[in-house]
Amino acid sequence: MNDDTVPQRPELVCPAGTPASLRTAVDAGADAVYCGLQNETNARNFPGLNFSPVELQKSVAYAHARGAKVLLAVNTFPPAGKFQLWKDAIDVAVACAVDAIIVADMGVAAYASRNFPQLRLHLSVQAGASSPEAIRFHCEEFGVRRVVLPRILTVAEIADIHRQIPCEIEAFVFGNIGMMAEGRCSLTNYVTGISTNMDGVCSPAADVRFEEEADGALTSRLGPFVIDRYACGESGGYPTICKGRYACSAQAEPYYAFEEPRSLNLSALLPELMRAGVTALKIEGRQRSRAYVKEVVGAFRRAVDDIMAGREAALANLIALTEGHKETQGAFRSKSWR
Amino acid sequence: MLAPIVDRFSLVSLLRFFPVPLLQPILSLIGTQVARNEPDIFLRLGPHAQKTFVIDPSDLPFVLVLRPRPEAPELSAFRRADAPRGHACISGTFLNLFRLIDGSLDGDALFFSRELRVTGDTEAVVALRNSLDDIDGGLVQAVTGAFGPLSPVAAMTVSHFRSLGGRSHHER
Repeated sequence: MNDDTVPQRPELVCPAGTPASLRTAVDAGADAVYCGLQNETNARNFPGLNFSPVELQKSVAYAHARGAKVLLAVNTFPPAGKFQLWKDAIDVAVACAVDAIIVADMGVAAYASRNFPQLRLHLSVQAGASSPEAIRFHCEEFGVRRVVLPRILTVAEIADIHRQIPCEIEAFVFGNIGMMAEGRCSLTNYVTGISTNMDGVCSPAADVRFEEEADGALTSRLGPFVIDRYACGESGGYPTICKGRYACSAQAEPYYAFEEPRSLNLSALLPELMRAGVTALKIEGRQRSRAYVKEVVGAFRRAVDDIMAGREAALANLIALTEGHKETQGAFRSKSWR
Repeated sequence: MLAPIVDRFSLVSLLRFFPVPLLQPILSLIGTQVARNEPDIFLRLGPHAQKTFVIDPSDLPFVLVLRPRPEAPELSAFRRADAPRGHACISGTFLNLFRLIDGSLDGDALFFSRELRVTGDTEAVVALRNSLDDIDGGLVQAVTGAFGPLSPVAAMTVSHFRSLGGRSHHER
């Protein structure tokens, strides 16, 4: 059924943290833009970010008038007794005529599929569905039409999964890359009491402090813990525990216990991903600025269009926008990446 | 090659010697204009609208103090030694800060390259950054028309700053 040799034209799925960012993404060539509401129903619940229902409605109109789709992320897990907020988010999505919702929790998926059977469901990366069995379960039970794959699979494994599932595949191609147990990371919860998966925020800014020292070194802290200490002039990263550099008796120097601060960039793998049956290419970064959105979306728009036209893709240099000014192809190229 | 260096030097020199009291009417006008034309900023700021932000252009002898109260936002200039303590401080070169609020540079990228420094209340800074980033065309463009008959001069000044730029993402 799936032809691995012919690239399929993928949908370019782009981030928007604010209505102005959404307009920037659409104008830069996004086929679809994903966003969230101003509460803990989405995984970028940051201060000053996200959309009110009125803003969402206007943004959907802006996107639809220009042929772009809007996807609403309702991709966190409701804690006991707070499910109504997630139901309300689904109801808002329907009222605003979004093109799909991105869900992770099975209860949220069940509510959406049973009450709004015409509403298109995408399975969030936060669901951590990485096997054909897990993906098929969500398709069969909730009518999921697309899965956003966790960033733990090689391109060959994605192609293999593609042959075994009845839905589309969305894959991250650029941006922040975090702990490889997506939807299951509790590091922030351990340190701050705030849950990435239920409150929608990793390393909440209220618990982050930066201290510059006389020698120009920068110390970043999350709660009572030092995450890293950057020497004067050394590139920095996000103050997340998984990207921290720690001292311990077993190591001569402070070391990255989990991952180094670096960003995913699969621009060189786009043709392979498209041949593997990836239906949508996702750019991470709802917390980033309009400047980031414009530059990254524009670069990937040109690259995809080049490939589809049979030209060699002119890959823009996006290194300045990456965390720590380093890029990786992560597990997509090889499982040797930790 | 030499011209931009001279321009940049001249610009910094000019601002360095610009009398702080003369800046105040301009800054007050910017605050009033933003409050009138961009009220959604205050919704996004939420409780952080009651905070005090020190914006520190590290290559100039003065700092800006922002109190973004919805009812009466204040933007004031102080000699660095006289500046009040804020809840948070944002520091970088003048041109990088300019391009940040103009919407042409990414704050996270500047932070990664250590060209933007944030101290104090990080949550308030994140809220401010996100609020300002939701202005189409950027804050600078939003206030350029506020100067009445001097608007063309303001537009030329902005255009000049843009042509000088800070470090663009492509320059690194």
